[in-house]
Amino acid sequence: MTRQRLVVIGNGMAGARVVEEILKRAPDLFEIIMFGAEPYGNYNRILLSDVLNGKEKPTDIFINPLSWYKENNITLHAGLRVLKIDRTNKVVVAMPVSRGAKPYDRNSTALPDDSQVSEPYDKVILATGSRPFIPLIEGWGAPGTFAFRTLDDCAQIEEYAKNCKRTAVIGGGLLGLEAARGLLTHGVQVTVIEAGPYLMNAQLDPEGGRLLKSTIEAMGIQVLCNTITTKIGAENNRITQLLFKDESTLETDMVVVSAGIRPMTEVAEDSNLAINKGILCNDQMRTSDHNIFAVGECVEHRGQLYGLVDPIWEQARVLADQITGVNPKSQYTGSKLATKLKVMGVELVSMGETEAKNPDDEIVVYREPKRGIYQKLIIRKNRLAGGILLGDTQAGNVLMQMFREETSLPKKRTELLFGGSNLPSLANAADLPDHAQICNCHGVSKTQIRDAIILQGCTSLNQVGQCTKAGKGCGSCKGLIVQLIQAYHGQVGYDPAEHYYVPGISLEKSQLIAAIKAKNLKSVSHVFQELASGVEDAASKVGLASLLRSIWNEEYQDERDARFINDRVHANIQRDGTFSVVPRIYGGVTSADELIRIGTVAKKYNVPMIKITGGQRIDLLGIKKEDLPHIWKDLGIPSGHAYTKAVRTVKSCVGTDFCRYGLGDSIKLAQEIEHKLQGIESPHKIKMAAAGCPRNCSEAYVKDVGVVAIEGGKWEIYVGGASGGTVRKGDLLATVETHEEVLKLVGRFIQYYREHAKYMERTYSFAERIGIDRLKGILIENEMGICKRLDEEIQKSAAAYVDPWKKESEEPLYPQQFEGPELVHVLQEAINNG
Amino acid sequence: MDNINLGSIEKIPLGQGHCFIVENEEIAVFRPRAGGLYAVQNRCPHRNGPLAEGVIDACHVICPYHGHKFDLQTGRGAEKGETVKIYEVKEESGEIILKL
Repeated sequence: MTRQRLVVIGNGMAGARVVEEILKRAPDLFEIIMFGAEPYGNYNRILLSDVLNGKEKPTDIFINPLSWYKENNITLHAGLRVLKIDRTNKVVVAMPVSRGAKPYDRNSTALPDDSQVSEPYDKVILATGSRPFIPLIEGWGAPGTFAFRTLDDCAQIEEYAKNCKRTAVIGGGLLGLEAARGLLTHGVQVTVIEAGPYLMNAQLDPEGGRLLKSTIEAMGIQVLCNTITTKIGAENNRITQLLFKDESTLETDMVVVSAGIRPMTEVAEDSNLAINKGILCNDQMRTSDHNIFAVGECVEHRGQLYGLVDPIWEQARVLADQITGVNPKSQYTGSKLATKLKVMGVELVSMGETEAKNPDDEIVVYREPKRGIYQKLIIRKNRLAGGILLGDTQAGNVLMQMFREETSLPKKRTELLFGGSNLPSLANAADLPDHAQICNCHGVSKTQIRDAIILQGCTSLNQVGQCTKAGKGCGSCKGLIVQLIQAYHGQVGYDPAEHYYVPGISLEKSQLIAAIKAKNLKSVSHVFQELASGVEDAASKVGLASLLRSIWNEEYQDERDARFINDRVHANIQRDGTFSVVPRIYGGVTSADELIRIGTVAKKYNVPMIKITGGQRIDLLGIKKEDLPHIWKDLGIPSGHAYTKAVRTVKSCVGTDFCRYGLGDSIKLAQEIEHKLQGIESPHKIKMAAAGCPRNCSEAYVKDVGVVAIEGGKWEIYVGGASGGTVRKGDLLATVETHEEVLKLVGRFIQYYREHAKYMERTYSFAERIGIDRLKGILIENEMGICKRLDEEIQKSAAAYVDPWKKESEEPLYPQQFEGPELVHVLQEAINNG
Repeated sequence: MDNINLGSIEKIPLGQGHCFIVENEEIAVFRPRAGGLYAVQNRCPHRNGPLAEGVIDACHVICPYHGHKFDLQTGRGAEKGETVKIYEVKEESGEIILKL
């Protein structure tokens, strides 16, 4: 098959990006020819000011060096400017840019002659970008006047500044300030001149603009607002001063204009394509000619021009989907502009509108002038319509996401700026140093995660986890990883696999439960047979075993190979291959007899370590697998389930029994809860506590489920607390009066958690995901009418509870259950004989 | 190569592994539900976890310590640079025969 010829006009960021996107989708579909007016490969124009201030070398900002074009068989015509697209003969015609001419000048080429280049095409992409906007100023063009758009501009400004003392930058927008920042390092005095009343009027409101002005002035840059330049004065071929409309003047040795950009549309215009302010495109990124597409700053889409990378990357994706035919349904419907900038070292997040429009728009403002902080949010119909965060952008990532996704906002508006218990942490991963360790469980640094996102193309938590293991330990760094994906990739990809209950079966939890019940699947191997075409997946077995057990209770058909070693032998494996034994001590209350038995066992089996646990129990550590059943038998105490995803402890304080402050009988209640719910399996471990008063000695506020006695004979029930890698105070689910009510609601919550939590999802993220208001609605108000059923289900599971230590110490489930490694005596003879 | 008889296949519960110490080497032998027999070094190269105690499927084992995964046929680990030694093993009339 002959390849179609694709001609790309423009070798800037948009042009190169769209080619990358096309190659990703269909590497062999097109023969690609690119025209670029600049004599280079493709570079990151956003970093030009870093080149100007010497932070980056020009070579550092290249995105695609010339070798990239070669490797991908792309013909690059660098230094050539396209004149027009001859649509009748389907040929693109170009000419070399004259020596010394600016690539963005209208007449940068000589008259047509032999050096004209023609490339026939099947498809064309216009990515001509924009040129700097130069206001009408008398004397413009003289030596010492510069625009700021290309690498060559940068080099010339740098060179000229060496012989200057004073420079003026015309334009107080983002680009002008970036240019000023670049100049500052060259030891010149810099004045920024803005025609409008305040700086950065596209992103800021007057107050923000004023604050930015004083912050920038404190850095030694002079700022003049409301100042229109009319004339550049020169003597002896050197600039001496600027004259302003109000007849004042400013002495300066050079002028840099950076006052905005205008789309370059003349190729489109000369080719008779429809244009307005920019080249008109539909949602498929096609121009008025079906075979000609456009992308980037030169495009006008639904009346809007875009100059930021995010929307342009999105356009490039849609264009690539369309031109390759990979996804004909793909559409670009416009972008909600939210961006994070650093202006002269000042952080700024800007999104949407900067001023209220309607009388009932709500405005939330926080000011801290001393630290240069100004934050303003515009809220319309409980959605974010716009926002400015100047000087402190901690809340930026979360707010930008809320803005883009039009999320409904928390009632307490302060939470938007300062965080709240139900909002993701505002700690900003993007601002952490590169070497910072993000995943403390697996020791994964920010750099490693960034590489996974940028170089390996990971766009979801799951992919980052597979690539680096980050987030696969305790999981408390997941929020930070999401922030990094947002920072480096833009948005977090949708990975359906993240929602599967286990990786080996493509079903979410509710679907999986439905399928298991419908097909009456009671063992793990049965599930693989019926739902995974008989293909076992090691990583899925343990989760399935836990789920089946909570669905079927005593009807569950146990297959020990599907369970983690801890659940095969009911003990927790330790780093040296021995096990730990934690007998159940209800509510943390033991007796002399029990202690004597524990001591006797410890002596008899030479237990190397006896440790009081954090859960108010006693841990016997360093036990050999072979000894487990004997120890259980000798102890005569039930299993404490300290090894499994199940209800573990219910801690208590001494409550009304002895404490002077006790308001409720926390010991009795803790024991009642533990007796009722002990060992019930769930998606993750459940640790509980009962406190006899709000002093919280048993730490009930930070448990998966905690109950706290308060004055008036009442109990508060908290759910979703945590005090591990993540620390979180539980949410108040209900306040009740009797132990019976506590038992009922705790059981109901646990049953709901068992049915709806993802495997290995602790209650703290479950409670956050569902939301305490919804939990109250479902579990207290009975909005879904399932309370009675939940109560019955948990009752069934409780009734089916059997102490595994008692049962399996009498007779192992299978002969090898408690066997250790087997020493094989190899007879020399046997070896010789084979 | 010497053939060593490790005894009855029934020593290994179906779908599980069992550790044999042969000539001072700890060798984990696995008996997947899908059939076949596999033998690899028992100690996980990451932190010495006993692979014989790991959960398996037709051709992988997951270390009980930190979840590192290994291919039973090739010994290749899912983590960069991690491999385990593999041994030839087969079942002959109900007995486990290991080649060493």
